[in-house]
Amino acid sequence: MTAGVLDKTKLAWWAVLAAALVAVPFLMGDFYINLLSQIFIAVIFAASLNMLVGYGGLTSLGHASYLGVAAYMSAWLFLKMGWSHLVIAPIAIIGTTLMACAFGWIALRATGLGFMMLTLALSQVLWGLAYRWVGVTDGDNGLRGLTRPAPFGIDLENTTAFYFFALIVTVVALAMISRFVHSPFGAALKGTRDQPRRMSALGHNVWMIRWLTFVYSGFWGAVAGVMFVYYNKYIHPTSMALTSSAEGLLGVIAGGSGTLAGPVVGAAIVVLLKNYVSGYVERWNMLLGFVFVFIVIFMPEGLVPGMHRLWNKLRARKAVRDSNTGGREKA
Amino acid sequence: MQFWVIQTLNSLSLGGLLFLLSSGFSLIFGLMRIANLTHGAFFMLGAYIGITIMKNWVPNLWLATLLGGAVIAVIGGIFERFVLRPLAGNSQGQVLVTLGVSLIIADLCLIVWGGDPIPIPTPESLRTPLRVMNFMFPAYRLAVVLIAIGTAIGLYFLIERTRLGAMIRAGVDDMQMARGVGIPVSRLFTTVFCLGAALAGMGGIIGGPILSAYPGLDADMLPLALIVVILGGVGSLVGAFVGSFIIGFVYTFGIALLPDLAYVILFLPMIIVIAFRPRGLFGKVSA
Amino acid sequence: MSATMQQGQVAALEVRNLKKSFGGLPATNDVSLTVMPGERRLIIGPNGAGKTTLFNQIAGDLFCDSGSIKLYGEEVSRFKTHKRTQRGVARTYQIITLFGKDTLEHNLVLSLLGLLKTRWNSFVPLSGSAHLYEEARRVLATVGLEHLAKRPISEISYGEKRRVEIAMALAQKPRLLLLDEPLAGLSREERMTVSKLVAAVPRDTTVLMIEHDMDVALELADQITVLHYGKVIVEGPRAEVVSDPRTKEVYLGE
Repeated sequence: MTAGVLDKTKLAWWAVLAAALVAVPFLMGDFYINLLSQIFIAVIFAASLNMLVGYGGLTSLGHASYLGVAAYMSAWLFLKMGWSHLVIAPIAIIGTTLMACAFGWIALRATGLGFMMLTLALSQVLWGLAYRWVGVTDGDNGLRGLTRPAPFGIDLENTTAFYFFALIVTVVALAMISRFVHSPFGAALKGTRDQPRRMSALGHNVWMIRWLTFVYSGFWGAVAGVMFVYYNKYIHPTSMALTSSAEGLLGVIAGGSGTLAGPVVGAAIVVLLKNYVSGYVERWNMLLGFVFVFIVIFMPEGLVPGMHRLWNKLRARKAVRDSNTGGREKA
Repeated sequence: MQFWVIQTLNSLSLGGLLFLLSSGFSLIFGLMRIANLTHGAFFMLGAYIGITIMKNWVPNLWLATLLGGAVIAVIGGIFERFVLRPLAGNSQGQVLVTLGVSLIIADLCLIVWGGDPIPIPTPESLRTPLRVMNFMFPAYRLAVVLIAIGTAIGLYFLIERTRLGAMIRAGVDDMQMARGVGIPVSRLFTTVFCLGAALAGMGGIIGGPILSAYPGLDADMLPLALIVVILGGVGSLVGAFVGSFIIGFVYTFGIALLPDLAYVILFLPMIIVIAFRPRGLFGKVSA
Repeated sequence: MSATMQQGQVAALEVRNLKKSFGGLPATNDVSLTVMPGERRLIIGPNGAGKTTLFNQIAGDLFCDSGSIKLYGEEVSRFKTHKRTQRGVARTYQIITLFGKDTLEHNLVLSLLGLLKTRWNSFVPLSGSAHLYEEARRVLATVGLEHLAKRPISEISYGEKRRVEIAMALAQKPRLLLLDEPLAGLSREERMTVSKLVAAVPRDTTVLMIEHDMDVALELADQITVLHYGKVIVEGPRAEVVSDPRTKEVYLGE
C-alpha cells in the first residue's frame, strides 16, 4: 500500500519536472533557455565522469580530453574537410571512444593516485597539443565558424530547437547511464570499487570491468563534446584544460558521486556559478578553487546524499512519531 | 653543429629545472602519499616572488632564490598543516584540495602580477656566453645544470647520510613501523612538504631568466613534472633525476624539430615505461 | 605425500616446489602437496609459517616465484585470480572481506554473477534477474541466514559475516574450496555452527582449510599438512600427524 502511494508521488514529481522542462522555452527568454542548454551539456559530461569516479572509484583528472577531442574532431572535419554533420558526429564520437580505449589501457596500469596522475598527464599532453598543433587546431585562436546541424529539417540554430535537442540527448544519456548502473555489469563495477580483491576472487575480471567503464565513460564524454561544440560553435584549448576537467569533477563531487542525481545537481550548480557569480567578480578560477576546497573539506559526500540523509532522518523521526510497524527497508 | 650543442644545453638546463620541480613532488609523494598538484603553482609563485624581491629589495638572483624559496616553504608549511593535515588518510580528497589551491594560487598571481610575462634578468656575471672550441655556450644555462646537479648531490646526502634522511627513508619504507619506533611523523611531514615546496619555488626563480614568469607557467610545468615522476618512479630521487633529463631532452628536441607535435612525443617515453614497467624506471612500488 | 596418491585419479590440487619470498625472506620455501578430489585437508603451522601466502598463491592473489600449481591436471600458476575462480577455485578470507554497504542477498548475487556470462550485461536491470536473488536466498538458507537476506552486511554480527563468507564461496559450487581460518574470532557456539557447515560441504568439493582451533578442525580433516617456516614438516593422515613428534616440536617449541 505505502509503496504504491510512494510510487504515485514519485511519478507525480517526475510529471511535474517533465512538464516544467517542456514549458521552459515558452515561458522564458533566450538567455535562460541557453543557460539550461548549457546545463544539459554539463550534466551529460558530469554524468559520464561519474561512471568512473562515483561507481568505479577511479578519479579521473583528465575527462575534459574526451569532450575536447570530440569537439575538435567535429569542428575540424566540418571546417577543413567540409563534411556533413550526419557523417561527422558518429566519426567524432567513435574516434574519441577509440582514444579512450588507448588512454584507459595506459591509465589503468595504475589505480588510486597513480591513476589520477596518469589521467592528468595524458590530458595535459592533449591540451598542450591543442595549443601547439596550430596547423590543425589553429592554436590559441581556436576553431570557429561551425554551424549547428539541422536534423529532419529542424534548424538547431534556433534556441528553442537546440534546447529540445539537448534535452532529448540528455534524457537518453541519463537513461542509458542509469541502465548501466543498475545492470549486472554496474553491480560488478561497484563491487570492484568497494572490494577489488574480493571481486577477482569471485571470478570477476576487475581490470576489464574498469577498462570497459573507462571506455563507456569516454563515449558519453564524447557525446557531451559534440553537443558542446554544437552549442558554442567554437572550440578552444581551454576546454581541454585541467580547469575544464576540474569543473566536471566538481559537478560530480558537489552533487554527490556515485548517485544518479548527484552530477545533475552538481553540474547545474557549477554552470550557474560560472555564469552568475563569475559575471560579477570575474574570478572564476579562484571561485572554482575555493568551492573545490570547501566541498572536499566540509561536504565530502556531496549535496544529494547529504540532503537524502537529512530527509531520511526527518522521515525516520516522523515514522517514530507515527509509531507503526518498523523494519521497512530503505528504497 | 652549433644547433645541436645549443639544443643539448637547453635540454640539460630544462632537465635541471624539472629536477628541482619533480624531486620535491616525488619526495612528498613517496613519504606522504600525496600527489601535490599545487607543485606547478609553487614553481610559478616562486618565479613571481623572486622577481618581486629582485625589483624591490635585493637585486641579486641568488639571494632572491633563497628568500623566495623560504617564502614558498612557509606557504607550503601552512598549506600542509592547516589544509592537508585534516584530510590525512583521504588521499583522494587531498589531491582534489591541492588541485583547488593550485587554481586559487594561479588566479592570485594573475591578480597581483597581471597577464603579461615578466622577464627575470640573468645575473650580470653569467651574461657573456662561454666560448669553448668555437662553440658558444650560454653561461647561465650551464649554471642551471650545475645547480641541479649540486642540488641532487645535496639531496642525496640529506637522504642517505643525515638523521632527517634516515627518518624519511624509514617513513617511505614503512610508515607504521616509523611511527612505532618513535619518529615524529607529523613534524617530518611538514618538514618534507616545506622542503619540496621550497625546491619548486627556487626552481621557478632559477628558471626565471630562461622561462620568465607568466600566467600558465604552472600548467606548462606541472604535466612535465608528472611525466618525469611517472617515468622515473614515484618516491625515487634517482628516478626524478634521470626522468628529468630524459624529458628535458625529449621536450627540447621535440620543440626544435617537430614544434607541432612536441607534446605528443612526450607521450612516448611515458607509454613505453608504463607498458613495460608500471612502477617507473626506479620506483619500488607502483603508484 | 605419495601416500595420498591413488592410481589413475587426477589430483584436485597438485602443488610442486612452490617458492615465494618477500625481499629475500622465503614465505613458502619449496612447498609440494597433493590433494585428491573430495579430500578434506587441514593446513596447520605456527604464525608466519606461510599458510596464507600459500593460499594466496593457489588462489592467484600472489604469483609464485617458481614452482607449479595444477588444478585437476591443468597448470594454473600463471593464471590471474579470476581465471582460477572460473576453473572452480573459491576462497574465504582470514580477514573478512565483504561488501559492507550491500545486503547479504546482494553479496551472494555478486558471487553468483562471478561465474555467469550475464555479468557483462550492462543494459538489463539486475533486479530483473529474480532467479539470481532466489538462488542467493537459497544459499543463504543453507548457512541459516535467509532471514537476514535484506539486511546490509554492516548490520550483522561477526559470526554471521563468517557464514556469509562461506556462503559466497559455496554459492559457486567450487571444485576446490580454500577456507582461511573460518573459525577465527568466533564464539564457542558459532564455531560449532560453522564447523557443521564445513562438514556438510558436499564431497564433490575438495576442501583445503587453514585453522588454529585444533579441537574442531581435526574432526573435519582427513589429511593434515604441517607448515613451518615455509616448508612442509609433516604430512599424512590425521592420527599420524597428530602423534608425530615433529608436530609437537613445531607447536610446543614455539
